[in-house]
Amino acid sequence: MMVDAKIQRSRMVDSVMTAVFYVIAVFFFTLLLGFACKVIIGGLLGAKPEMFRFARKGSLGNQLFNTIYLVVLSLLVSVPLGVGGGIYLGMYAKQGKGAHFLRMCIETLSSLPSIVVGLFGYLVFLVFMGMGKSLFAGALSVSILTLPLITTTTEDALKGLPKGYFQASLGLGATKWQSIFHVLLPACVPRIMTGVILAAGRGFGEAAALLYTTGSGTDLRWGNWNLSAPTCPLNVFRPAETLSIQIWNLQVNGQDRALANASSAILMLLVLAFSIGANLWSHHIKKKSAGEEA
Amino acid sequence: MEEGKLIENGGMPKFDITDLNLHYGTFHALKGINMKIRKNEITAFIGPSGCGKSTFLKTLNRMNDLVDNVKIEGGVKLDGKDIFKEMDAITLRHRVGMVFQQPNPFPKSVYDNVAYGPRIFGIHRKAELDEIVERSLRQAAIWDELKDRLNKSALGLSGGQQQRLCMARTLAVEPEVILMDEPTSALDPISTSKIEDLAMELKEKYTIVIVTHNMQQAARISDRTAFFLLGEMVEFNETGKVFSMPKDKRTEDYISGRFG
Amino acid sequence: MDTGKEKSMFAREYFWQGLMTLCGLFVIVLTIVIGAFLVYKGSATFTTFHHSLLEFLGSGDWTPQDDASGGGAVGALIFIVGSLCTCGLALLISTPFSLGSAIFITEISPKFGEKFYRPVVEIFAGIPSVVYGWVGLTVLVPAIKNVFHRQVGHSVLAAGLVLAVMIFPTITSVSADALRSVGKETRMAAYGLGSTRWQTIYRIVIPAAGPGVITGIIMGLARAFGEALAVAMVIGQTTALPTSIFSTTKTLTTEVAAQMGNAMEGGELKSALWTMALLLFLISLLFIFLIHMVSAKQPECSVRSEKKMLAKGATREKERIAEEKIDAMGGKA
Repeated sequence: MMVDAKIQRSRMVDSVMTAVFYVIAVFFFTLLLGFACKVIIGGLLGAKPEMFRFARKGSLGNQLFNTIYLVVLSLLVSVPLGVGGGIYLGMYAKQGKGAHFLRMCIETLSSLPSIVVGLFGYLVFLVFMGMGKSLFAGALSVSILTLPLITTTTEDALKGLPKGYFQASLGLGATKWQSIFHVLLPACVPRIMTGVILAAGRGFGEAAALLYTTGSGTDLRWGNWNLSAPTCPLNVFRPAETLSIQIWNLQVNGQDRALANASSAILMLLVLAFSIGANLWSHHIKKKSAGEEA
Repeated sequence: MEEGKLIENGGMPKFDITDLNLHYGTFHALKGINMKIRKNEITAFIGPSGCGKSTFLKTLNRMNDLVDNVKIEGGVKLDGKDIFKEMDAITLRHRVGMVFQQPNPFPKSVYDNVAYGPRIFGIHRKAELDEIVERSLRQAAIWDELKDRLNKSALGLSGGQQQRLCMARTLAVEPEVILMDEPTSALDPISTSKIEDLAMELKEKYTIVIVTHNMQQAARISDRTAFFLLGEMVEFNETGKVFSMPKDKRTEDYISGRFG
Repeated sequence: MDTGKEKSMFAREYFWQGLMTLCGLFVIVLTIVIGAFLVYKGSATFTTFHHSLLEFLGSGDWTPQDDASGGGAVGALIFIVGSLCTCGLALLISTPFSLGSAIFITEISPKFGEKFYRPVVEIFAGIPSVVYGWVGLTVLVPAIKNVFHRQVGHSVLAAGLVLAVMIFPTITSVSADALRSVGKETRMAAYGLGSTRWQTIYRIVIPAAGPGVITGIIMGLARAFGEALAVAMVIGQTTALPTSIFSTTKTLTTEVAAQMGNAMEGGELKSALWTMALLLFLISLLFIFLIHMVSAKQPECSVRSEKKMLAKGATREKERIAEEKIDAMGGKA
């Protein structure tokens, strides 16, 4: 009888806890969705049309361009290096102290606060190399932030391949590098892409690492293609304000709330597009590879 | 002698299963099973893999409830009470314990593994728990091996020890029925024979239902044997009869090793 | 002719191997250089300006001179305490909800959880921190001001809340992975003994996933500690020790972010800021060390194989059910 009473109680506690978990989940689900809606819809509704122009002041077009340009530049640096590092770790490194140390370094890099990376970039590119605040210095700082992500994705992708691929290729008389380049790497591209998309998403939103490296240039003259001119959009050695830095600057000055809201909305849309893209993409790959296995 | 005992216990069946059908989605896994499982006997289920014997076993303590897309029709009565309509799953599983194919001790100490069941059913006094743990481990014939390692992790035990620990864990809640799902398939021959001896001893107090791949095992330890094929129960009779003069051609083919 | 071809093939082989090795070496060198630079710049406070470590860590007196002559005080206690308070508060708020969400995803409603909740949560891990900060500034800060009738809404509480929302996705998804990696056999054993779902969760699944959950919490803490701008927007930036959760104060990251641009190169202030950056670096190393300690405690699997298990976790459940079905259908074929 005592056991029956205990079971009754346990069942009641179970129902109560189930309800608690539902409440937590529903609350946060709504909170997150509400947050997204507030930022995106609120930001876009409050925006004036002239904000979406490429003007020196009161718009976000140049910042949007700078953001994308900076991320592309940083990926141009971090993708080859990261993929190379991942190939080294996955295919060449002997499992020993060296590889272990490299992994520790990657972990260290990936857990560095971005403000620290920004300061390092400031120190190296501005103070020691005398570069001046520039898009390039910012892009390199963001590269440092995304490098570990790309390295680990590449390594994991290589290790996730069936062993047979590599052995079959070696068996046909291909050398190790030929096998990596012609067989393994193409098979890894989809998964590496996922990592690259995630890295891009991180780059778009980065602010702390750019605070002291890119500066706040917004004066672009479209149609000026003289690469050494400070107003040429493609010049990488000019100061450049990205969307996230724009939001930061606007809150410091506190003038144009609507513009900061609009920038947040655009930034959020950009990041959402990329992370949803990465999600769909990896889902697609999973489905495809599952199909191959079956 | 075997004969006499069966008659003696022939009263009310422990489990009374009538017209049991089970579907996984669109797949008809159990087809119209009718069976009476008697008290203080060992009932063995045999059949080729995928015949539904394991699924049937899991129906008896409603472990199938945890799988998606399962639809069950028909009646299963435990001591005359319908386990789906007149009982909740927790009470049922308290009365009908289960030992699984793979030894699955909790990642806890030996002591905490055995004490888990009593604790969730409201026993918290140390002295009482100590007594239950010792009694259960003794019943499972593993007390002598483990009495000095009660506070060590159960994951450090050998496979055979883990499985007997899992038996002790089941015994600690004092169920009436013990379901065993191929309990020796992951074990070596010596551990297997220990588990078999244990099952033979336990039937004095408990009703035991065992699923096995191994026909010799069924022949060695069970009182009655049911043969399953393609979700149907083909034959159910006293073990001696099933093995010496099967009524159905398919049973005969299976036990003479023509398929399976 | 043939040997020439072979030679060039070998040369190419070595060339690429060398290049890949260089990429790996680059990562190592980069990490060491970052560490070395921080140590070099950060140690000036102690070597050039002769401050003691005790003063830096233990004193709340912060009046460094913005020139090379020195002579000010460089007690960073305010910032250290500020960081600890905001992150501690964030963790306190976020952990129960994150763990609850992780449990919801893996145990309560895997269907809705895995299909909708988890992807949404994971997407939020990638939302830029300035956006969190901006929303905190425009929504949360006024709300705190009105609800608690304060003069300003900027506060430790605001920072804690912003950080809590920021680290919520991290803790949730890492914990969910850890919970899911608890074997199905173990759950079945618990259910088979007559446990309710909640008993299975809190007596078996959570203890078994403990190290993974703690790893998630440390990762969340690390993210909170390193966050600069979002906190800077809502914490009010006053150089004073916080006395309540409504106090305005500063943290290590916000002070570094705010002052570094103004400080003179080679001055006492600048080197004190570098020392704070060095401290941040050391703290992130500490977090890595802690994570390794915790995962070493996990029996059976190392960190790497655990990662793989986590990756497989999602398909595992389905595979098992499929297996069961195939097992059941075997006779059909």
